[in-house]
Amino acid sequence: MRNVFLPRTFEDLWETLEKEPDAALYAGGTDLLVKIRAGCVDPPCLVCLERLHALQGIREEPDKVFIGAATTHSRLVEHPAIREQFPVLVRGASVLGSPPIRHMGTIGGNIVTASPAGDTLPALYVMDAAVEVRSAAGTRILPIREFILGPGTVDLRKGEILCGVWLNKNLEWNVHHYEKVGRRKAQACSVASLAAVLVVSETFETEKARLAWGSVGPTVVTLQEVEDAIVGKQLSNETLNAASTLVQHGVSPIDDIRASAEYRRYVAGALLTRLADYAAAPIVSMNGSRL
Amino acid sequence: MRIDFKLNGKAIFIDVPPDRRVVDIMREDLRLTGTKESCGTGDCGACTILVDGESRLSCLMLAVQLQGRDITTIEGLAEGDSLHPVQQAFVEHGAVQCGFCIPGMILSAVDLLDRTPKPGRKEIREGLSGNLCRCTGYQKIVDAVQAASSLPTKDESVS
Repeated sequence: MRNVFLPRTFEDLWETLEKEPDAALYAGGTDLLVKIRAGCVDPPCLVCLERLHALQGIREEPDKVFIGAATTHSRLVEHPAIREQFPVLVRGASVLGSPPIRHMGTIGGNIVTASPAGDTLPALYVMDAAVEVRSAAGTRILPIREFILGPGTVDLRKGEILCGVWLNKNLEWNVHHYEKVGRRKAQACSVASLAAVLVVSETFETEKARLAWGSVGPTVVTLQEVEDAIVGKQLSNETLNAASTLVQHGVSPIDDIRASAEYRRYVAGALLTRLADYAAAPIVSMNGSRL
Repeated sequence: MRIDFKLNGKAIFIDVPPDRRVVDIMREDLRLTGTKESCGTGDCGACTILVDGESRLSCLMLAVQLQGRDITTIEGLAEGDSLHPVQQAFVEHGAVQCGFCIPGMILSAVDLLDRTPKPGRKEIREGLSGNLCRCTGYQKIVDAVQAASSLPTKDESVS
């Protein structure tokens, strides 16, 4: 039998972690409990963060938004401020797992699990998210791209927890896009995915672009050369087809049970070529980007 | 460890190890075998229960997480001999084949209809996308949920 702690405050948590430094932490349990049952990990005890009040919910400030690490994907996609300001994140979280998984799984869990296929991660990269890490000693804030070190590895030291994620409000982006290709629609890890935010002019010229791919490298892949290749040009099939060659060279996928590296390269490029069709579709959401 | 929670409308307490899985508590300790277990890894939805009205997977929840929650299992939906409208619709539309996935399907449908009272077929399919049926009876399951959603709700029938 393992003890399972259910701290409600940071004081409770730090006390528990001091007594049980090797405890494994979880919130939704959709990753850790599967790994424990499969015998992949064998922690001496568990700390469930689902009742820790400070990790719950979304807090708005004038120019930024804080999402508590234990906020479930369902709560995230329902939240009006997130829907309005970060449609790219809403799209990522909406296709993660399945309804019950989204009711249990949390954004903090998706980040610390650091799977190359994590569905919220490409969106967090294009939004330049920063993560807030806390311990009994204090708080540090760092960009998500520095926090995630490799597959399943993040910059969390003993006694630290991921407290939440900060997003800067930026209404300039008028195209928000996330597309995932998997073996089936629900309950599937992506074979490749693409998050994109763009500033597209009235004459359909791309003025700014941020792109991030999932499942085609050890972590989320960003490619400056591809962004440079589409900025200042018409958002056309011609531009995107040319840039997709750069994508195929830039990504570094592996062969696994879901797909071959070769297929993933192809899909990573193809996802980019679909941006023009996507951006041309009618604009429906409050800030001018499609949900 | 003593855990107090509400199960199918009744306040109860149990004394179980803190890391016992909720699916095992339901099936083995409380003998509520309507909740099924199939994959044990969160992929199939057979063990779906409602936690404060929201569908969750009892194979990926530990005992302590029940503390203070309001839990509904398939056994808690009918009122006496009168089936819940979603259960009734499943019967009427022949949505049940082997039956193993059905408790999870119905609880997911109840959650869906609570959030989206008049879902389209696409929304129904999305709402049930965490529940696998190996008899591949999805068509009739979707029919049943659609039929249940077109019944007047309690509020509507009063007015």
